[in-house]
Amino acid sequence: MEHKTDVVIIGAGPVGLFAIFELGLLNLKCHLIDNLDKVGGQCAELYPEKPILDIPSRISITAQDLTDNLLKQAKIFDPVFHLNQQAEVVEKTEDKKWKITTSEGNIIIGKCIVIASGAGSFVPRKPPINNIDLYENKSVFYAVKDISIMKGKKILIVGGGDSALDWTINLAAIADVTLLHRRKEFRAAPDSVLKMLNLEKQNKLKFLVGQLSSIEGENGKIRNIEYKTEDQTHLIQTDYLLPFYGLKMELGPVAEWGLNLNENLIKVDTEKFETSIPSIFAIGDINSYPGKLKLILSGFHEAALMAQQCFRYCNPDKKLVFKYTTVSKDLRKKIGV
Amino acid sequence: MGSIFVNDRDGKTHKLDAQKGSTFMEIIRDAGLDIEAACGGCCACATCHIYIDHNWFDMLPIKEGDEEAMLDQTFHILKTSRLGCQIEYEDKYEGINLTLAPE
Repeated sequence: MEHKTDVVIIGAGPVGLFAIFELGLLNLKCHLIDNLDKVGGQCAELYPEKPILDIPSRISITAQDLTDNLLKQAKIFDPVFHLNQQAEVVEKTEDKKWKITTSEGNIIIGKCIVIASGAGSFVPRKPPINNIDLYENKSVFYAVKDISIMKGKKILIVGGGDSALDWTINLAAIADVTLLHRRKEFRAAPDSVLKMLNLEKQNKLKFLVGQLSSIEGENGKIRNIEYKTEDQTHLIQTDYLLPFYGLKMELGPVAEWGLNLNENLIKVDTEKFETSIPSIFAIGDINSYPGKLKLILSGFHEAALMAQQCFRYCNPDKKLVFKYTTVSKDLRKKIGV
Repeated sequence: MGSIFVNDRDGKTHKLDAQKGSTFMEIIRDAGLDIEAACGGCCACATCHIYIDHNWFDMLPIKEGDEEAMLDQTFHILKTSRLGCQIEYEDKYEGINLTLAPE
């Protein structure tokens, strides 16, 4: 599907969300792309319950509450979110706009791009096993998309978090499931742990303690998985391997866009937070400039200055009049105060 | 100011200045060694995985629940595995030997 907008924001973390508001104040519309299934970035995915103490005027606010409030504030300006997908390809259109194609095949055309992707895009953490890439999407999966291929098969699930336990419980109903985890305690929800242990008692699944060490097989098809316990190695025969080691962050396709980088960070100026490519901006933890501090606070400041320059790109014939929100009747009406 | 010894992934040992109140992760990161520490030290990402020399291991404060759960997301776990962000340097750790876990 093809969409048109003023600004495409990559990353829906706290800084991306606040950018919607700053751009909205200048009547600019936004679409956002994020690889997570929710907004909030690291705040929502890694530490939702942790209190943040350096947000101006907030003595203490949990990362999830900060996300919820930023979203509420941003929603005034009707942003459109494209979640569960990465911004993959960027091209210049004939009329000098940017065309972004996502990993889900969505196309978004905008006049400016704002990269607010923090420490990068969340992707599955892959076990450091030789040749695992030869088996990926054939017999190794980091997410289950087609459950039907698993029916009646031998499946080895690795991990102790919610994804591992949820899939162990679900697939145990249709397949021969073994769960492998490095210890007997789990970080998954206690309710799921109980369910899994009950199924194990009823011999509806197997649970092993150990660490994954290697894969044997050929042509992408697994024959055996080797795992280690304290001083022994063991083999287990399986058709599919589902490793669930959580998510990690990486720069992703943005690295291929031709931007000037400094050790995986994007170089920007400190007047407009623009990258080496005009009308592509970078704000928040992903950018780099002398004196940079990786604070949410800094990202907010960068968003405000970036928005000024986006306005100029989007409205080359209009004069930018700086207005305080305290005097904007339009905005007060919109918010309803 | 004290000091700690850190073995990098090429097997080279670095003597680093260590200030009381800094975590092992912060000391290693600020010295420019290759430790990702993606979440910045709030025990939310497991990318500051280090091994503690076994002579020193028992001196460290025991792991809290969060740390053990985060270690579930790393690989090559040993008995002496810890997250560098969860241990603050104290005078009694002067000369401790740490090793960066493989990435």
